[in-house]
Amino acid sequence: MSPVTRLILKRLGMSLIVLVGVSMLIFTIARVIPGDPARIALGPNATAEQVEALRQRLHLDEPLPVQYGYFIRDLAQGDLGISLYTNRPVTADIAQFLPATLELIFVAGAMMILIGLPLGVISARYRGTWVDNAVRVASLLGVSAPSFVWAVILMLLFAFFLPLFPIAGRIADSYAIPHVTGFLFIDTLLAGNLAAFSNAAWHIVLPAFALALSGIGQAARLTRSNMVETYDRPFIEMAQSYGFPERRIANRYAFRPSMIPSLTIIGLDFAAMLGNAFLVEAVFAWPGLSRYGVAVILRKDLNAIVGTVLIISAMFLIVNIIVDLVIAFINPRIRLSQRAAA
Amino acid sequence: MKRTAAILIANPLSAFGVLLIAAVVLGAVFADFIAPFPEHRGAVVDFANFNRAPGWPYIFGTDLVGRDLFSRILYAYRISLLLGVVVLAIAVPIGVTIGLFAGYLGGWAEYVLMRITDVFLSIPPLVLAMSMMGLLEPTLTNGMLAVTAMWWPWYTRLVYNLTRGEKEEGYVLAAEIIGASRLHVIFREILPNCVPSILTKMTLDLGFVILIASSLSFLGLGVQPPTPDLGSMVADGAKYLPDSWWLTVFPGLAILVAVFGFNLLGDALREILGVDQ
Repeated sequence: MSPVTRLILKRLGMSLIVLVGVSMLIFTIARVIPGDPARIALGPNATAEQVEALRQRLHLDEPLPVQYGYFIRDLAQGDLGISLYTNRPVTADIAQFLPATLELIFVAGAMMILIGLPLGVISARYRGTWVDNAVRVASLLGVSAPSFVWAVILMLLFAFFLPLFPIAGRIADSYAIPHVTGFLFIDTLLAGNLAAFSNAAWHIVLPAFALALSGIGQAARLTRSNMVETYDRPFIEMAQSYGFPERRIANRYAFRPSMIPSLTIIGLDFAAMLGNAFLVEAVFAWPGLSRYGVAVILRKDLNAIVGTVLIISAMFLIVNIIVDLVIAFINPRIRLSQRAAA
Repeated sequence: MKRTAAILIANPLSAFGVLLIAAVVLGAVFADFIAPFPEHRGAVVDFANFNRAPGWPYIFGTDLVGRDLFSRILYAYRISLLLGVVVLAIAVPIGVTIGLFAGYLGGWAEYVLMRITDVFLSIPPLVLAMSMMGLLEPTLTNGMLAVTAMWWPWYTRLVYNLTRGEKEEGYVLAAEIIGASRLHVIFREILPNCVPSILTKMTLDLGFVILIASSLSFLGLGVQPPTPDLGSMVADGAKYLPDSWWLTVFPGLAILVAVFGFNLLGDALREILGVDQ
């Protein structure tokens, strides 16, 4: 078995253990809270018999480990139970709302990488100059406000005062796009409707940028500080004494070793975005998981809460496995040895 | 002390951070004397002056029931800072202790403790806090509890990594050889060497706890009205954009100022204490 295969298997196994832990944690939190979910679901007018019947149907009258057993059995069949809020399977609800959220996160993630890393590289290359200072202050500002504040400010500036972008929504109502994947970028292309595609792209700019800002700041900060450290290493001095152009030194010799910690933080920021998307979606009326998530939380809809948290955590673990793999492929010390996989 | 002063002078941004935080903390502590309308922190209505644009005497304008936004922001800072301090006062000792034991003991203890930490770290922080807040009643105490539950693992991870490095150092070996107990080695030898990193992170985190708490209340899962809170002020005002822009912009900027200040302060502290990033 090659070291990379072994690494993949090891990370998958570890993630599975963590995911089981997450399910236990969120399941326990959801069941030990005060208040009877059956009573909440049926409302104050239901009779005691009706509540008791629902309790039995939901296995709420059995001990916690037994309830968890039922939950895992259903989960293995891809069943997360019925949402007491929408009266539909939780999996159907999540499948409906998740693509919009994922689309937003992917675009924001791309912005984070395409803007954050180059900013960090520029800042490090011109370290100590006004360029460096400007980037540092800007990226610190980006980190320093929650994404809903950026969302409100961006909306005010670029949708109201300077009406460059739409105020809310995913796409103009006039476009009727058949639902295939739920990802508008894919569905509009499948429908061959380029106007609808660009309309969707135009709608996503502001919310994605608001979501990406703190990640951009963090990626830029970390890339800069690692690169500045790398600049002190002898191999950079050697490259400089060879007379290599500054641009080549920055992009090849100083940036490469700094890329690994940057990628790690990008993985973590991705996780933060899965949560922060809730805030941005609320501001831009983005029809994603946010409204559903907040609604089910306020209604103590146990199945829906457990399901949503579980899906989000699973996505986070998948992203982190991908990041680990990318790191393994670009870092020869991991790619070529299995000791480092531990 | 001399070095600290030198760093602050050499780096005007750090000095600016100190000023920002001094202003925020003093404003919060002495809100009763500074706020032009201290009674506006509660459920007061003054319909004669509702929805006023910034001007005199309402420098940040008034909200939809006529309360002075500037006064309410000062009182909101009070709650935010209190929340930040309480959360860290609980989360840091828990996280640090677990990190020390996992890092120093190794073996099964390390495996179990770090996997539990991983579990908490693999639920996006805001989602974990949201679920807890939703399931509990939204009060200030529960808000602190929810944020604490998501905060300790970060300290576990930080201290765990530091401990793994420190335990190979000569001074730890020396203590072990002369027969010091495990507890002595962990708390008296290793812990003091982790303090600079922990302090730096705590300073940065005071800002980030304020940020997360405001996010919770923005979603309606935090401190409830009429208690002034920066996040819920932004949420309430967002419905009246763009006409009543001050309702969202000033509370939003208030969050930015506090978090930015703590970030600058944390960066300065990192330099003063010589902590690696």
